[in-house]
Amino acid sequence: MDAANYLYLSALLFTIGAVGVVVRRNAIVVFMCVELMLNAANLSFVTFSRINGDLNGQVIAFFTMVVAACEVVVGLAIIVTIYRSRRSASVDDASLLMR
Amino acid sequence: MMTSTSLVYLIALPLAGATILLLAGRRSDKWGHLLATALSASSFFVGLYQLSLMLGRSNEQRPISQKLFEWISVGTFKIDAGLMLDQLSICFVLLITGVGTLIHIYSISYMSHDPDRRRFFAYLNLFIAAMLLLVLGDSYLNLYVGWEGVGLASYLLIGFWNQKPAYATASKKAFVMNRVGDMGLSFAIMIAFATMGTVSFTGVKAAAEHTSTAALTGIGIMLLVAATGKSAQFPLQAWLGDAMAGPTPVSALIHAATMVTAGVYLITRSNFIFDAAPTAQLLVVIVGAITLMFGALIGTAKDDIKKALAASTMSQIGYMILGAGLGPVGYAFAIMHLLTHGFFKAGMFLGAGSVMHGMNDEVNMRKYGALRKFMPITFATFGLGYLAILGVPPFAGFYSKDMIIETAFNSGGIKGLILGSVTLLGAGITAFYMTRVMILTFTGKSRWDDEAHPHESPWLMWLPMAILAIGSVTSGYLLSHGDALVNWLSPLFESHEEHEELLSPMLVSGLALTMVAIGVAIAFLKYSRNDVSDVAPENVSIFTRIARQDLLQDRFNETVFMRTGQVLTKVLVKTDEVVIDGAVRTVGRATLGSGASLRGVQSGFVRSYAALILVGAVALIAAIWVVTQ
Repeated sequence: MDAANYLYLSALLFTIGAVGVVVRRNAIVVFMCVELMLNAANLSFVTFSRINGDLNGQVIAFFTMVVAACEVVVGLAIIVTIYRSRRSASVDDASLLMR
Repeated sequence: MMTSTSLVYLIALPLAGATILLLAGRRSDKWGHLLATALSASSFFVGLYQLSLMLGRSNEQRPISQKLFEWISVGTFKIDAGLMLDQLSICFVLLITGVGTLIHIYSISYMSHDPDRRRFFAYLNLFIAAMLLLVLGDSYLNLYVGWEGVGLASYLLIGFWNQKPAYATASKKAFVMNRVGDMGLSFAIMIAFATMGTVSFTGVKAAAEHTSTAALTGIGIMLLVAATGKSAQFPLQAWLGDAMAGPTPVSALIHAATMVTAGVYLITRSNFIFDAAPTAQLLVVIVGAITLMFGALIGTAKDDIKKALAASTMSQIGYMILGAGLGPVGYAFAIMHLLTHGFFKAGMFLGAGSVMHGMNDEVNMRKYGALRKFMPITFATFGLGYLAILGVPPFAGFYSKDMIIETAFNSGGIKGLILGSVTLLGAGITAFYMTRVMILTFTGKSRWDDEAHPHESPWLMWLPMAILAIGSVTSGYLLSHGDALVNWLSPLFESHEEHEELLSPMLVSGLALTMVAIGVAIAFLKYSRNDVSDVAPENVSIFTRIARQDLLQDRFNETVFMRTGQVLTKVLVKTDEVVIDGAVRTVGRATLGSGASLRGVQSGFVRSYAALILVGAVALIAAIWVVTQ
């Protein structure tokens, strides 16, 4: 199977994630979209690793997973805290700037 | 040149007087005037002693110098503060201290009712010290110090009664107009230093031979500007009339006998520059000729006795400047006229002061009349001065003024003819306006105000007037007998070849006396036969009206210099407001405005930030893609 197809899939997933971040209000969904983008990037890394026949891309994919795990821990903690104080998980409500 | 250690006393004595009186303040009120007079007199005796020493030496040995201290020493640039006394300076030293002392004596009585008499004497001593420094300095820079010093003393004394705003304004006017001239002197010094590397008289004289004519002409013209300022010559003459706001002894000493003649001294002292720069010399003559007519014309229309005399001073100094501009033949005659003028004009000013003293400080001649009977001594001394300024033989002016007229005629060609005619005409007009002053003041019917009680002045006042009157009678004969002054000064000036004589001395004297007779006759016809009104008539010709306004000199200065200066200032203020302030304000407004419009970007919405990041990233990648493709 042509490796390029994996790259197309990766681009599609990244686009879905990016659009999701911009258009969705629910913080949990936004968060999942961010994860989607990270994993789309992972998919391209692995694909390039396969195309080039070395392990660099795979190693970087591991790093991305570690970062994503940390981000999930911190991000979910923030979302839970915001929900506790505001009774809402909408990102639009979480703005303190004067309008 | 021989050195001396006693020259400094000439200056130190009056300077000490000024210092003591100004520092001691009110405590010296009782004896201050006596100290000042004594110090001025002792300076005069030092001058006489120096003259006696000088007479005992041969011509080459006569100039003496004294180094006071090293003034400026920067690398190779060295200027010493030094004094030099030669045949020219000694004339001035004796005139300044002699007439100065007489005027000190006169002022003791004249100023006796003034609570600030001590301050007046302090300023007089300061003036004498500064004027002596001016004529004794051995370089242009030392002269400059004295030059500024007399300017300061003149300013202080014109504005002595500065509680009257008009007098304070007059002193400011004199000071500012003198500054214009002083600028000329500083430029002259700068050009001399730049081209010759020295500013001492001996150094400049030696260097003048190998200096370009252009540089010498520049120095000469700048020196002339300086002379016009200090000596009230055209075009910087407008301050002298207003300077009469000062007490009358000041007008006699500073604005008639000594300070205003400093310009003549400067030109005569710089003879080596003017002899080598014919253009500058020609300008000197032109300035002298214009001013002598200018002053004479103003003199015909003034009703204020002091202003009439001031216009006459301007005119007589015009004669001197003209004489000095005629080159080596004229220098000695300019100095001779300066000395005789010092006697008779100071005498007449003191006479005017004496008249004012008796007439409740009235200066309008139309309110005088018939004072001959009440002030016989003043009339006699004033009359002798009058005969001297007219040039009636054998009075002083006959010798000095006729020599200038004769030299002007014989200076050759059309120039000689024009200058001779101008000086001759000036002599006629002088006779007219001086006769007018005499008639209005001393003869005819009395036109006094009711509270006037004219009386002769005390002896302290008439004694100096009498001594000056003796000088106005004899000085001309003494100075010209056997060419005494000409021979005395001749070592200082280049020898000159004789021009062929256009007119003989006899003929010139005859012409001059004819002009004088005509002037006197017109004045008699106009003022003696008819009764004089005690208010100035209004229905007079346009010429009289212009002459009453000093030939529009103030209006000219106001229109040309003051108004343009004000316009320039306004333009500069506007430029500052619009351009400089405008630029600064625009930068401020632009910063505020851009901040306000950019603030909208910071909405606080996470999603809009995310969208911006996305757009930015896409744009970045697109840009890289476009570039690398």
